[in-house]
Amino acid sequence: MSFYILRRILYAIPIAFGVSVVCFSLVYIAPGDPLQTVMPPDATAETIEIVKKAYGFDKPLPMQFLIWLGRVLTGDFGMSISTRRPVFLEVSEALANTSLLALFAVPLAFFTGYVMGAIAGCFPGRWIDRVVTGAAVVGVSLPNYWLGIVLVIFFAVEYMLLPATGMGPNGSTGFHILEWSSAKFLVLPVITLSMIPVGILSRTTRAAVAEVHNQDFVQTLRAKGLSEWAVTRHVLKNSLPQVLAVMGLQFGYLLGGSILVETVFTWPGSGFLLSKAIINRDVPVLQGTILTLSLVFVAINLVVDLLQSVIDPRIRRA
Amino acid sequence: MTRSRSLRQTALCLGTAVCLGATLFGAPSAQAAGTLTVGMTAGDVPVTTGNPDQGFEGYRFVGYNLYDSLVLWDLSGAGEKAADIKPGLATEWHIDEADNKRWIFTLRQGVKWHDGCPFTADDVVWNMAYSSDEKAPQFNAAQFAQARAYLGTYAGIEKVDDHTVAFTTKVPDALFPYMMSYVLMISPCRAKEVNNDWTQYALRPSGTGPYKFDKTVPHQRLEFVPNTEYWDKARVPKQDRLVLIPMPEASTRTAALLTGQVDWIEAPSPDAIDRLKSSGMQIVTRVYPHNWSYQLNFVKGPFTDKRVRQAANYALNREDMKDLLNGLMLEQYTTLTPSTAYYGKPVLYKHDPGKAKALLKEAGCLPCKVTFAISTSGSGQMQPLPMNELVKSQLDAAGFEVTLQSMDWNALLQVGRGGVDASPEISAINISRAAQDPFNALIRHVWTGAWAPKGANWGHHGNPAMDKLIESILAEFDTAKRLVLLTQLHEMMSEEAVLIFVAHDLNPRAMSPKVKGFVQAQSWFQDLTPVTLSP
Repeated sequence: MSFYILRRILYAIPIAFGVSVVCFSLVYIAPGDPLQTVMPPDATAETIEIVKKAYGFDKPLPMQFLIWLGRVLTGDFGMSISTRRPVFLEVSEALANTSLLALFAVPLAFFTGYVMGAIAGCFPGRWIDRVVTGAAVVGVSLPNYWLGIVLVIFFAVEYMLLPATGMGPNGSTGFHILEWSSAKFLVLPVITLSMIPVGILSRTTRAAVAEVHNQDFVQTLRAKGLSEWAVTRHVLKNSLPQVLAVMGLQFGYLLGGSILVETVFTWPGSGFLLSKAIINRDVPVLQGTILTLSLVFVAINLVVDLLQSVIDPRIRRA
Repeated sequence: MTRSRSLRQTALCLGTAVCLGATLFGAPSAQAAGTLTVGMTAGDVPVTTGNPDQGFEGYRFVGYNLYDSLVLWDLSGAGEKAADIKPGLATEWHIDEADNKRWIFTLRQGVKWHDGCPFTADDVVWNMAYSSDEKAPQFNAAQFAQARAYLGTYAGIEKVDDHTVAFTTKVPDALFPYMMSYVLMISPCRAKEVNNDWTQYALRPSGTGPYKFDKTVPHQRLEFVPNTEYWDKARVPKQDRLVLIPMPEASTRTAALLTGQVDWIEAPSPDAIDRLKSSGMQIVTRVYPHNWSYQLNFVKGPFTDKRVRQAANYALNREDMKDLLNGLMLEQYTTLTPSTAYYGKPVLYKHDPGKAKALLKEAGCLPCKVTFAISTSGSGQMQPLPMNELVKSQLDAAGFEVTLQSMDWNALLQVGRGGVDASPEISAINISRAAQDPFNALIRHVWTGAWAPKGANWGHHGNPAMDKLIESILAEFDTAKRLVLLTQLHEMMSEEAVLIFVAHDLNPRAMSPKVKGFVQAQSWFQDLTPVTLSP
């Protein structure tokens, strides 16, 4: 097992390096000027050159990459062009805010999606399956920014039950999760954010459970006289590796933050940070955020792989 | 058994939903009396280290509230005429009679920074080095970039005495005081305290403006309190607190206003106006110097021919455009709004598709193929996609064949900065422009001295007669005589159809019925100090 873990960690290193190369290069392929935020539209060529020099953008790209990589390895992601705050601080604060959403969206989405999918998978073709599958299609198909706006109109504008936007009331300097005045800001973004994973997970779980149900060993279990409840437990356990892989991806999605959902709710998470960095061509923030989120994905995949190998030891031998 | 398990699971799901539903009950957030909360269109909290980012919205809400410049904008009028400059941290300025490249500014006495230090001539000298001298220890590259657009003719500064400074310019520049209105002064005392660490300064900014910094939550909000010792007693803020929240998404701003999370929003989308009005919100609009037009390619292609430029202007039905925007624009027939002091009697290109077609035929360009570079969104771009689609349909109907090349805002800005030589295949660019002062309203579009990439004359318009007139304007220090010359330039630019004129923005903003005392000036900047909030 420890050899397997070591091997998976070693695999992650070249992936992380590849990610750093891609994320550094990618932001330079897009048209636009990284110094756009600090310069007015009428900035002259001479001004642009002086400012490029001051920010280190005058150096050749490979050299900029090496300087950046060297700094990243020491935990220094540079400074944001638009806010002049350390990128590490920007990314860590944004990730913390997104994690807060994920903290609630993950159990909500995973539990609801898994339960719905398991019910549908246990009764394929019955009315409950049709209802769940239909609901899952709706969940997957609804654009979450649209759903977010509809929820805002309904719960915030029409009935004034919940705040429409932001992260905490005016005057507060932090988010206090145990106080309703802060916590209520979570409700609408969490529901909006979890809707797609609910749909995806319920469909995946349904397919996995139904597939396992059709396998020969299930017939054998029934022939041995096991109760239906015991058979279902075996079916659910055998469907877990497939579901877990999708959960891992969805966990990464939720932790990565959604640009659209966070923009609709002005939630200052990683998705919102990324969208601002894209619009402003804030290259250091863009690179720092993409790299961090990519590494989060790599780490989640690693954890999922390890969990799968725990649930199904055959994977370790593959 | 199967059925009972199914029911148990279903009940569990329903239970979860009910629990979530139970969390939905609560009261909307209450506001402290006298706190004005503004939802800005900005994507982030503007920087607080002097000249702000986020365009003129940054100046409007952060720049001119926290800081002052030597020259300020007079926003106190009832909005019947375009705002003009007035004394700020300088009480008076004049050109040196012996040297028409030396401006002398007399500084206001008795002004104190928010940190308690007195405002002196040394501070002005220090500030100019902060934003323009690469060798100075306090030099800030971001501030240099922001200020440089306004300091193109700036050559140097000297302290004459404790309350007087003299600026030298590279060439005679009668419009220099206008440019100084965009250079905000920050406290050298506070800079010294934080050892020129601008990240720290941003968290403890100190200016001389009507509001003092209180606190900020990065990316979420900025909170100011009144500067009760402000030097202009008539402009001491009447609210207890001013809260600024960036909300780039229009529907989010609308929802925030309707739910009482904010009292004031900038630029509600045209289709939200009826909903806001029906909820009792105040919709405030007034024409201001913000033009939605096209700069043209004067080097290559159909727009090098004046008849084609005139045809494009005659082809436009601006009333249809106004309908598209739910009335939130003023038809633009020439560069300036009629209330501008140097408007004159320009040629007005009213809708006449027949005349447009005839001009195209005469110019031998029928169908006339042109390519417009446009953005999908962007600061001040209003509703770029539907507006450009309408322009295309109107021009096509008159004999043009318009290709819209859409790109994101940043890419369009890069096309704009690069100038026509970098994008010769593009016939026109659609970057909305501020027309706040004579240089930005007129000169930068047509002067050979402002050819991109050196300046904002994207299409390299060049006309010896206009250049001569511009040089006369820059060398004319008598305001009345300069107004006559500026009027001539405006009329000449209209006659030459140097732009495709489409819309003057009406600067819509919506506010709660609690907001009282606001008078919208014809300006990009607004005075928030008289605003009060009824309980």
